[in-house]
Amino acid sequence: MTGKTVSLPEERRHAGFIKNNLRSYGMLLSLLAIMLFFQVVTDGTLLQPVNLTNLVLQNSYIVIMALGMLLVIVTGHIDLSVGSVAGFIGAVAAVLMVRYHVAYPVAFIACLVVGAAIGAAQGYWIAYFGIPSFIVTLAGMLVFKGLALAFLQGQSVGPFPPTFQKLSSGFIPELIPSISELLPSADALHPTSLLIGTALALALVYASAKSRAREQSHGIEVEPYAFFVGKSAALAGVVLYFTYLIASYHGLPNVLVIMMALIALYGFVTRRTATGRQIYAVGGNAKAAKLSGVKTERLTFLTFVNMGVLAALAGLVFAARLNTATPKAGAGFELDVIAACFIGGASAYGGVGRVGGAVVGAMIMGVMNNGMSILGIGIDYQQVIKGLVLLGAVCIDVYNQRR
Amino acid sequence: MAAMLEMRGVSKSFAGVQALRDVNFIVEAGQIHALVGENGAGKSTLMKVLSGVYPHGSYEGTIVFDGEERRFRDINDSEALGIIIIHQELALIPLMSISENIFLSHPPARFGVIDRGEAYRRTRQLLAQVGLRESPDALITDLGVGKQQLVEIAKALSKQVRMLILDEPTASLNETDSAALLDRLVAFREQGIASILISHKLNEVARVADRITVLRDGRTVDDIDCRTEQVAEDRIIRSMVDRDLAHRFPERDAKIGNPVLVVEDWSVHHPLHPERQVIKNVDFHVRRGEVVGIAGLMGAGRTEFAMSLFGRAWGRGISGRMRLDDRKVDLSSVAAAIDAGLAYVTEDRKQLGLILADDVRKNITLASLDQVAPRWVIDDIRELKTASDYRNRMRIRCSDVFQEAGHLSGGNQQKVVLSKWLMTNPKVLILDEPTRGIDVGAKYEIYCIINELAEAGKGVVVISSEMPELLGICDRICVMNDGAFVGEFAGADATQESIMRAIMRNQKIFGKGVRNNDMPAGEMRP
Repeated sequence: MTGKTVSLPEERRHAGFIKNNLRSYGMLLSLLAIMLFFQVVTDGTLLQPVNLTNLVLQNSYIVIMALGMLLVIVTGHIDLSVGSVAGFIGAVAAVLMVRYHVAYPVAFIACLVVGAAIGAAQGYWIAYFGIPSFIVTLAGMLVFKGLALAFLQGQSVGPFPPTFQKLSSGFIPELIPSISELLPSADALHPTSLLIGTALALALVYASAKSRAREQSHGIEVEPYAFFVGKSAALAGVVLYFTYLIASYHGLPNVLVIMMALIALYGFVTRRTATGRQIYAVGGNAKAAKLSGVKTERLTFLTFVNMGVLAALAGLVFAARLNTATPKAGAGFELDVIAACFIGGASAYGGVGRVGGAVVGAMIMGVMNNGMSILGIGIDYQQVIKGLVLLGAVCIDVYNQRR
Repeated sequence: MAAMLEMRGVSKSFAGVQALRDVNFIVEAGQIHALVGENGAGKSTLMKVLSGVYPHGSYEGTIVFDGEERRFRDINDSEALGIIIIHQELALIPLMSISENIFLSHPPARFGVIDRGEAYRRTRQLLAQVGLRESPDALITDLGVGKQQLVEIAKALSKQVRMLILDEPTASLNETDSAALLDRLVAFREQGIASILISHKLNEVARVADRITVLRDGRTVDDIDCRTEQVAEDRIIRSMVDRDLAHRFPERDAKIGNPVLVVEDWSVHHPLHPERQVIKNVDFHVRRGEVVGIAGLMGAGRTEFAMSLFGRAWGRGISGRMRLDDRKVDLSSVAAAIDAGLAYVTEDRKQLGLILADDVRKNITLASLDQVAPRWVIDDIRELKTASDYRNRMRIRCSDVFQEAGHLSGGNQQKVVLSKWLMTNPKVLILDEPTRGIDVGAKYEIYCIINELAEAGKGVVVISSEMPELLGICDRICVMNDGAFVGEFAGADATQESIMRAIMRNQKIFGKGVRNNDMPAGEMRP
């Protein structure tokens, strides 16, 4: 209104922008700092192509569930049952495919449907009966842990058909003849993966440049040009570097492609769609949202259905990775998933949280697990350190909000 | 009489914003001292300095209490001297009893074990002192807001209060409860307890205050001794806003058309007690371009009536016919009501109207996302432009539309809520207490907006507990009592007396006392 921003000297505008953006990029920077730290103390083991690929595979199911959990937390609820549900779905998949020899795609779809049904069953009590989600999903946690045990009759069931294993252990097919065939001296880089990564980096830069230009043309204040260029270059650089690392092992893992697609989808839905906006409104103030015509019960119900489907998918990925379904599978996953969301800046009171944050939170947990394992830190102290990091991250967030 | 409290040359600033400038504030023993001013004038800041919320050293100036300079480090220091502040948001624990709440911080105890008998005995004494006839066992949640306020005062009395600070104590009380509360303050005056009363209701201030201090932009601009000077509301208002409000209500040429909303035989039952009929087969209508007021005491059923119309957002067992724009409508959900062209601006904007943690833009577009998100995806440029348009049109004072709604003043928050409903392009707007808790200047702006809406041919229904407001802006006033309409006046003919008489006559006929607000207005359909 006052047009103050126009008269501000250039340096002060820059300083203000960096300060404002530091908070939204703070988590990303901490992730990079943590990676750098472990890269140094593990003498470069962390970012070796094989380890990086492993890191992705190890954490994929946590990331997948964190996407659903973020929505649940944003609506002001919690889901404690996701670990048990993932384990239970793994058991269902094993029984279907190993015992009854059901075809892989049929079993896959059936498992997702069962996941949705589980989510619906829990969401029904929470959304329409107003029973606290903590209690409903605590009950669900016990029920599905027990059911998994019953389904598997206390034993591990496996191995899965090879095509199903590919879900977790496979890589995207190589479409372009490898450089190594043309140039025998070159290392085995995977050109298709390299190409996809490069295209992704370019697409990201193009999209942000386009949206900046669009905002500018409508007279909306945008970030300073230098800042924008720096940010885009850094983003593209990081994407390209990781693409290079991944491409120099076996290429893009299948599960990474699934993960990226889901992250893009959920990021888009939460930030850019009417449904996403309404989910945040429900978490921000359910009564006000309801009086604004938002169907609060239905949205809450649907976030739990969605959570069920993603928990099922995560269960399938995990089972495929272990190549066997065990009664213990999934135990404790819910804690990692919830921690990922809170480290990523979601508010326990609802209404606040970002998909990107939850993903970064999951990666922080993953990198720490991986890095500490390489260093040979025992599982005992790993838990202590992870607990302290969770507390610290949330404390910093609360402190920032108070200011 | 000697001054009990002298605050001299108090200045306080927050991050470059000067909240108080060289304020002098003197309260004599056994006086009721009113502190008035627009929102943001610095009243609350001054009281926080006095009660030690802002410790010594964080402000300039001196506080002298009982002839000694005081340097409070925190609120315990000021409470030890008997300076007790009662905030607008009551600090009672709903699921504890009156007695437990009163003795929360200092229960009478023997060897660390709470002496319940002693707590009861003293609670009874305190309740008698504040004139509240309730059992010490009663839970806070079962009491109306008026009674809760009295419990707060009883709690203050339990701490040997010498100076009671009340921040807008009557903002959410009906006339009867307000009067009872003010009578208490007068009774305390006799006992030598001084009170500082922060209030927007000037008639109350004029009634009980011995002295009035007016703050504007952090300065003392007027100090009126009511015992020697005549108190004119106009003078106070002029000092508060520094402009002559010859007309507190803007003029409007009423062009009234055909009925736009017609409700017949409308009946609503209580959501928790289905046998209790809250709205009793009433008829109601609004015409195009007409401003209709609904007057009544709290608990008369006005909010319940409005919310039941608005997509059955309150009550159960709802029956009756409703025609909107001469078409029969069945508004079974809020979304359907909004689509049909009905808007309801709630009386409780913080709890039911706004998402305080979200920015102004998101709050404005929430009820009409389909307009900014054609085909599901939000067009953020269109959203930003729409929100900015409303910001300019409604003169919402905020740094930009990305500012958090929770950081705005009451008047600006109300404008955000109004913007949200204007954006849905309604045919009929129901405004429930549209000016509650907002300052005189913003009130005038809200009245202008109401006039614009009526001139644009919309039907406007205003529910208000401030009778002068209804008399000032309405073409027609319907009086509701105990779930039924008991009187109707043309705006020009109505007087406060005639409205009150309609309510009272009805209460006598049915032999009912004035009921407290025992119906939680904000309750949603389960």
